[in-house]
Amino acid sequence: MIPKPHGGRLVNRVAKGKRREALLEEAGELPSIEISYERLIDLLDIAYGAFSPLEGFLLQEDYLHVLYDMRLSNDLPWTIPVVLDADPDEIADVKEGDDIALKHNDETYAVMRVEEIYGWDKKEYARQVYKTTDPEHPGVAKTYRRKELLIGGEIDFIGEFRHPLENRILWPIETRVLFREKKWRTIVAFQTRNVPHRGHEYVQKAALTFTDGLLIHPLIGWKKPGDYRDEVIFAAYEALVKYYYPKNVVVLAGLLMNMNYAGPREAIHHAIVRKNFGATHFIVGRDHAGVGDYYGPYEAWEIFDEFPDLGITPLFIREAFYCRKCGGMVNEKICPHGEEYRVKISGTKIRKMIREGKIPPEYMMRPEVAKVILSFNDPFVH
Amino acid sequence: MSDKARGKYTTVSIPITLYNRIKKLIEGTGFTSVSQYVTYVLREVVAAHEEERYEEPFTEEDKEKIIEKLKRLGYI
Repeated sequence: MIPKPHGGRLVNRVAKGKRREALLEEAGELPSIEISYERLIDLLDIAYGAFSPLEGFLLQEDYLHVLYDMRLSNDLPWTIPVVLDADPDEIADVKEGDDIALKHNDETYAVMRVEEIYGWDKKEYARQVYKTTDPEHPGVAKTYRRKELLIGGEIDFIGEFRHPLENRILWPIETRVLFREKKWRTIVAFQTRNVPHRGHEYVQKAALTFTDGLLIHPLIGWKKPGDYRDEVIFAAYEALVKYYYPKNVVVLAGLLMNMNYAGPREAIHHAIVRKNFGATHFIVGRDHAGVGDYYGPYEAWEIFDEFPDLGITPLFIREAFYCRKCGGMVNEKICPHGEEYRVKISGTKIRKMIREGKIPPEYMMRPEVAKVILSFNDPFVH
Repeated sequence: MSDKARGKYTTVSIPITLYNRIKKLIEGTGFTSVSQYVTYVLREVVAAHEEERYEEPFTEEDKEKIIEKLKRLGYI
């Protein structure tokens, strides 16, 4: 059964018809602030219900609850604060109770009711969310670059968002209709920011064995240099699905959402968002959403013990490797053979081979997938 | 801000016999206090009760439009 959205109601803050026209006209008269591309993505996730039950950027009470308790002030699980930052100068004339327009590249995307303006301690944010204050951590570095004040309040989306991959992006209401049309009752979601190797395929197929459908849900949004570009990830998955999956068991759709590299907290966040898209199960990887060695390999699994009320079932599937003795992809739970027979599938190794224009061996990556990746002049983010 | 200042906790009374029973039950588990255990169990139970029948937030007309889009994009 497709689960209820988080908090019981799918949020829709996208203004339409006459209301949108009125808000657009009003926005022209309002004070405005320029928001970053990342905050624009947050805005879209709020407006289209991916971040249900959030109706806007967090107020201080919710912010503090999320920061310290990993829950909203109404006790619902929520682990990553969704906050809008602003410079004191740019909001000098804005007071609580005002409406403002949110712009990106001078284009108006939303009207926001400023319910609260408050300060924040970025170092404390980093300590709680990322478990480190090290500026080398990409999420921490981004936090430190953010502005000094936070603005909380509900938003109404009134813009027109265009994206090169917009035909591959689905919103929660669309996947929910799609799953119903497909008559799927159980759906496992797979989060990714990588091209698929044989280990990913193994994990997805292991989960698909006992669910009706698989939602392959690559993140489209900010990524760190060295990650694969969005269009490369899509093309690689299209090849994998075409050649190696049965028809009608997979939905490949982009999720426009920022990547924070917040490890365990982000694993919970990813699960909540997939619940909003209608998934019943969520595959949690080893070191899910981690970076470097900031998090223990199984921390992203252990944190689920603190959330008996998440409303989506996490699947902890062990990392797959190729076993020469078994003659296929297996994991440590099902393979009795020693290390000498095991070949680990290393994303770093594959990335190096791709950079050198080489096709990785078939036990690491399907040749059809590798060929598609190599057809791009530059598959990586810089 | 401290937990107390943020009004993080309140007190609920349970029979002492039940308290003792739980205290014994959680020995050697990951739960470090009766309060922690009770919070965990209540959250699980409350979430299950909240899973009452849910109506999808779209009208038939919305649904038709979405299906049209999904067909155009090759999802159906």
